[in-house]
Amino acid sequence: MTGQPQEVLRVTDLRTYFPVRSRGLIPHVVGQVMAVDGISLSLNAGETLGLVGESGCGKTTAGRTVLRLVRPTSGKIELDGQDITNLSMKELVPLRRKAQIIFQDPYNALNPRHTVGKIIEAPFRIQEVEPPGGVRRTVQDLMERVGLNPEHYNRYPNEFSGGQRQRIGIARAIALKPKLIVCDEPVSALDVSIQAQILNLLRDLQEEFGVAYLFIAHDLAVVRQISERVAVMYLGHIMETAPRRIIYSGPLHPYTHSLLSAVPIPDPERQQKRTRILLEGDLPSPLNPPSGCVFNTRCFQAQERCRVEVPQLVEAAPGHYVACHFPVATPPAAVQVPHATHGDGSGPEGAVTGA
Amino acid sequence: MAGYLVRRVLGMLVLLFLLTTTVFFLFNILPGDPARLTCGKACSPTIIEANRHRLGLDEPVLTQYGKFVAGIFVGRTFSPDSPEPIVCSAPCLGYSFKRGEQVLPLIMRSAPVTFYLAIGAFVIWLVVGISLGIYAALRRGRWQDRLIMTISLVGYSLPSFFIGLLLVFFVIVKWGLLPFPSYVSPFENPVQFTQTMILPWMVLAALNAAFYMRLTRNQVLETLGDDYVRTARAKGLPERTVIVHHALRAGLTPIVTAAGLDLAYLLGGAIITENIFSLPGLGALAVNSITDSDLPLIAGITLLTASLIIFANLIVDLLYAVIDPRVRLA
Amino acid sequence: MSQDVGRKPEAYLSVSDLVVRFPSEDGIVHAVEGVSFSVTRGKTLAIVGESGSGKSVTAQAIMGLVDRRVASVSGEVWLDGEELVGMPDEELRGLRGLKMAMIFQDPMSSLHPFYRVGDQLTEAALVHQKLSKSDARSLAIEMLRRVGIPAPGQRVDDYPHQLSGGMRQRVMIAMALINSPALLIADESTTALDVTVQAQILELITKLQVEFDTAVILITHDLGIVADIADDVVVMYGGRLVEAAPTRRVYYAPEMPYTLGLLNSVPRMDRERVDRLDPIPGNPPSAVNLPEGCVFQPRCTYSHLVTDGACVDRNPDLVEAEPGHFVRCHLPGAERRRIADGVLATLAGDPA
Repeated sequence: MTGQPQEVLRVTDLRTYFPVRSRGLIPHVVGQVMAVDGISLSLNAGETLGLVGESGCGKTTAGRTVLRLVRPTSGKIELDGQDITNLSMKELVPLRRKAQIIFQDPYNALNPRHTVGKIIEAPFRIQEVEPPGGVRRTVQDLMERVGLNPEHYNRYPNEFSGGQRQRIGIARAIALKPKLIVCDEPVSALDVSIQAQILNLLRDLQEEFGVAYLFIAHDLAVVRQISERVAVMYLGHIMETAPRRIIYSGPLHPYTHSLLSAVPIPDPERQQKRTRILLEGDLPSPLNPPSGCVFNTRCFQAQERCRVEVPQLVEAAPGHYVACHFPVATPPAAVQVPHATHGDGSGPEGAVTGA
Repeated sequence: MAGYLVRRVLGMLVLLFLLTTTVFFLFNILPGDPARLTCGKACSPTIIEANRHRLGLDEPVLTQYGKFVAGIFVGRTFSPDSPEPIVCSAPCLGYSFKRGEQVLPLIMRSAPVTFYLAIGAFVIWLVVGISLGIYAALRRGRWQDRLIMTISLVGYSLPSFFIGLLLVFFVIVKWGLLPFPSYVSPFENPVQFTQTMILPWMVLAALNAAFYMRLTRNQVLETLGDDYVRTARAKGLPERTVIVHHALRAGLTPIVTAAGLDLAYLLGGAIITENIFSLPGLGALAVNSITDSDLPLIAGITLLTASLIIFANLIVDLLYAVIDPRVRLA
Repeated sequence: MSQDVGRKPEAYLSVSDLVVRFPSEDGIVHAVEGVSFSVTRGKTLAIVGESGSGKSVTAQAIMGLVDRRVASVSGEVWLDGEELVGMPDEELRGLRGLKMAMIFQDPMSSLHPFYRVGDQLTEAALVHQKLSKSDARSLAIEMLRRVGIPAPGQRVDDYPHQLSGGMRQRVMIAMALINSPALLIADESTTALDVTVQAQILELITKLQVEFDTAVILITHDLGIVADIADDVVVMYGGRLVEAAPTRRVYYAPEMPYTLGLLNSVPRMDRERVDRLDPIPGNPPSAVNLPEGCVFQPRCTYSHLVTDGACVDRNPDLVEAEPGHFVRCHLPGAERRRIADGVLATLAGDPA
């Protein structure tokens, strides 16, 4: 291997709370939405950490807080060895060269009044960087690199498809060769065939530029495709972090088990033989999370201790961290629901005709 | 909901208070001597001074203000110790020396005319504006839509006096379809009342209907594209229900806002229209009070009109809560 | 293209050569170009495609939600013995919600924000059934219970914004099934939901399908849920039907290069090795300028194997490669199977 891996991002006990104001006679703060409630993670150069979870788990807020797009309430963020938690906006400007973001919605992430060229040039202009060969040349090279036609320099975003717009966003993010890119659901809004193209592009760029990705997504299969390590979030907490292989084939946290069992596999035989773990109840409100382990209200093996004591993220195996009082390798059969299989559906007199 | 209500009412009261203060001080810093304005051309300094004293205009400004505000709640007596005290019963909006009357009764005499004018026009323009707006939205891009929008543009751009005079010329003078307008109370002579009011109603309605046509059309077009309209159609609901109960209802908020404020504004007097048709309403009163420099009356009318707008704002806010449950239950 | 397979008697719904075209600023949009399939009660058909494939428009055309003053709709749609394309709007409206119902992608925006959930449900029932107000309300509460909403007697008076995403989708399902329609169309109904909620909703749909003996059309781009609950699959691309077969055949013996490409593009959780994905090159087609030949040809990596260049010149016919398995492709059958086997073998690798 190539020597000591360099740590690009370290987050320690990060919390981001949003105050909720009442609408009564005198507006005052009545509570906090604890979007991110104490997470710790680290990312090395050239590596991808996937951050997964369902809606409301705080992964998007975490991604934005790490880049200081949202103000952290407490905790520490270290970017490339430097503590950026409390820097002023002005002090952060030069650091933006090191860390960038790719957004989810390709239709909203680009200024419709700017040409593509202008959009990708922006990082150079803002950071006052003059690349060798000139800005325009560099931008056109970037366009080519991400799979766009450099002759479309003067076109406007609305002349491009969703996938192409995402490529523009990627070109913009990679322009100054940052060390870290936060990818906030970058392929969720794209068609399946385009998703694959963009994922491949991201992988290639990572190999070429050695950039680290914090890859935020809800689609577990997509995350598996691109991440070396995966962290699973639930209601503002990290439940489990492990190398990819282990998370998908040997998880220990009940939530991870439940999540994985719910994702359908594109293979009819296998899928219909699978069982699914039932999750009771609804997602609790982040305004009023459960005491103790936040997952205890829906966990199939919750016990008294879980309602009282918050489990810490401990290393259950090298590189494998779990926040659970009773980590389990194989969920009991009793909590697994057989699949709602539904007839055979494979006969030739199936319901299809043609003309 | 209760919190919402209470906050809005309190807000309104604060605004009304600020309003009365502003009106009062505004009329006190106007150039010109209010006492001088209390009598006409043939005025001697002695009379001016006497009036100044009688109206309490020689007292310190803050005292005057205090009595003014108090007068609104409990009434006021000007120069109580003089042989001819002027009693102004609550709510006292002032005393017009020029006309020798308390301001409020003056206003109250003209108010009904304006009221009928405003309400009548209001109903007409809402019905016409909204229905044509819906129709245009449904025929979007086609000739009916274009025609309605053109009419709307014309109605919007032509000044009210032009439309008014046009109507007077053709309908009354040339074709003799209606007699010259002469206002009577509807209870006295309903036929003459209607004959008098038809044209002014149409003038005001034409102006406003144009705006509501556009607004409704835009709102309906916007909400027709929303998902719940698609759901309504998928349920098999008749098109009329879909448009009125689902699309229009969802887009009602800006229409309600505009309607509330427009009505409140008109209730303060449609000056030009009242003038053309010789209607003795608040508009006419306001104009006369200005030409006469009758300060107390001007102040009184200003206060009334502005209060109407503030009040209308409150009503409109309450209506939002009725229309949109998310406002109510946030 | 023969048309003697117009109407399948045992099918509840038969679509035959459906064509939908819209005029637009850029030209005629060929949203749906000659699509045929059928569905029987108790069975699930998945219509798979990406954006621009025409799958949603197909569903809307079946439901009669396409404005026929603007778009042109032709072909035949037979629902329980009645033909819908030629039916006047008013009659068609009577069937919507009664014999066929549809649920959509975003349950928040698909429910009216100003009306209570119960009122929206009773409205759906009262359009088609003669019920008293109180009976309609009881029915609404019963439906809420059946779709698994706890405390239905209280929930019935809630507003949509007071419910979670999963519950709203359940309300949509309740609303769709309140008149016991025999056909339910679900248009990307789980796309906006979390995966755990999605699993619950899919289970609910299949459970209710058994209870009501409903024919279900599932419109989606997610090959996972297709594998989960579909009996048969129809693949659409560029407004055309390019492959149609029972589910297992589509996954284990696809014939159309596009289907293969899709299966290849999907990240899989069940394969041991995580390789670079093999995506379909290029972008989805524009529905305005349809190519003369095969609509997939510009992106097809195998079109060069068709020696006479037919892929560029002629739109291939839909042929029955195997009984019940239809494909629209110029490649000779043996070629197709060889390619498919090759690709699937690489895909297989070592299962997790």
